Amino acid sequence: MPLIREVRTHIRRSPNQALAATLTMFLTFLVGGVFFLASLASVSILGFFEGKPQITVFFTPKAGQVEADSLKKKLEATGKVASTRFVSKDEALSIYRQQNQNDPLLLEMVTADILPASLEVSATDPKYLEQLAPVIQGSDGVDEVVYQRDVVHSLLAWTNAIRLVGGTLALLLALDSLLIIGTVIAMKVALKRDEIEILTLVGASPWTIRAPFIVEGGTYGAMGAALASLILVVVVLWMRPMLYAFLGMIPVLHALLVNATGPVFLLSAGGFFVGTILLGFVLGAVGSWTALIRYLN
Amino acid sequence: MIRFTSVSKFYPGKIPGVIDISVEIPDGEFVFLIGPSGSGKTTLLRLLTRDLIASNGSIIVDDWDLHKLTKGTVHLLRRKVGVVFQDFKLLLDRTVYENVAMVLEILGKPPKSIPEGVSNVLELVGLTDKKNVFPMQLSAGEMQRAGIARAIVGGPKILLADEPTGNLDPETAWGIIDILEEINKLGTTVIIASHNADIVNRMKKRTLTIEHGHIVRDEEKGHYHLTKHEKRDHKGGKHDAAH
Repeated sequence: MPLIREVRTHIRRSPNQALAATLTMFLTFLVGGVFFLASLASVSILGFFEGKPQITVFFTPKAGQVEADSLKKKLEATGKVASTRFVSKDEALSIYRQQNQNDPLLLEMVTADILPASLEVSATDPKYLEQLAPVIQGSDGVDEVVYQRDVVHSLLAWTNAIRLVGGTLALLLALDSLLIIGTVIAMKVALKRDEIEILTLVGASPWTIRAPFIVEGGTYGAMGAALASLILVVVVLWMRPMLYAFLGMIPVLHALLVNATGPVFLLSAGGFFVGTILLGFVLGAVGSWTALIRYLN
Repeated sequence: MIRFTSVSKFYPGKIPGVIDISVEIPDGEFVFLIGPSGSGKTTLLRLLTRDLIASNGSIIVDDWDLHKLTKGTVHLLRRKVGVVFQDFKLLLDRTVYENVAMVLEILGKPPKSIPEGVSNVLELVGLTDKKNVFPMQLSAGEMQRAGIARAIVGGPKILLADEPTGNLDPETAWGIIDILEEINKLGTTVIIASHNADIVNRMKKRTLTIEHGHIVRDEEKGHYHLTKHEKRDHKGGKHDAAH
């Protein structure tokens, strides 16, 4: 009997077991997918902040280019500064406008006067940041100093936590899926013991006998994964405006979320969908294979 | 050709199945394997399909040394050795056609050639009109003919039949033996393990008699020698019939 027909018959004859296996896989990939996407987003955010200047010095409303030049000279004199960049009030407004271009209400309320000028500073080595701090704090016109290191450390802690919790949960669910698929396949093997014996005696190769079970397990995995990834893509589409408002400043996420019908989003969603299905198939097939090793030898 | 050389098979606990069997069966021969229950007939057939592995000695089937066959290559031997079972071993959820076609699918025959191949063997065993029927709708004799069709559809060089007439009435049993003889005439080596003295005696074919795991007789046109136990049963049967 051709492979696909055989697998279809296997699944049709025990719908409850098929449903149990598929739902377990679905749950695994849903939880795994949520944490995967969260981890991906946090890594993007982390990368964004890591790429930012290490120190941003905000000046008081009355201070500007003169104070910035003075500070710049002091910092350059230490020999520990790699680069500096002055952002004027007008430039700050321009950046603000770009970031909030979709929200006219926010644009109306803000003028260049209320935005501070700033100086972005990168040290030649992060270890010099502590030595540069007193120089900056003691300068004229300095209002607030933001160290990206603190932001990055905080984000790193979140990213690691997401990876640890998500990874552990996904691993446990994957193990659970393997065991459930293995149990379902073992039951099928037991039910088809006579048929397997006959197939063996009439010259069926080991692969001919095993293939339908392996593909069956793979099918449960692929179906569960397809359902989970479909739901995740729909949820991301539904949350896209909110996510874009919150994370749109990060270039990678901006490119992804800016247009739901654009090539970046479609390719990413398609790749995620296909990749998840393939992973589901492999996971299901491995579950079947382990059961066959135990029950078909 | 089949060649057993000093073959013994011991089951766990050193229980003997067959002991020191040496016999040669040329291509195209028709052989009866007779002996009381538990004498080792089925063990010998199972050794030939490598369902069992000999404890000692060597078994050669054509170019295959069965001891050297790996798990991954046993199926190649089984494609050359068809087996007919006393209990038919048909898949009850598939029609006669599907039971037979399954073998051709396993052999990887082109799908278009399968209907013709199945039709040919069903015609040979006289089941053409029952091809779309499920095994449970067949008589015992028809089920056995379906079993034979399945065993020969792949064109095996050797056909083993383990008590093929064991569950059948005499007339149906002769029908099965006629089919097996027909298959033998087409060039297939046929080996039948049987308890049916009438059939063995009237066929006058080569007969190997096994007792307690040993081949005790190998006769060209052999006949069934009843054991003491079987003679007693036979007499008892006649006595009962007379009453």
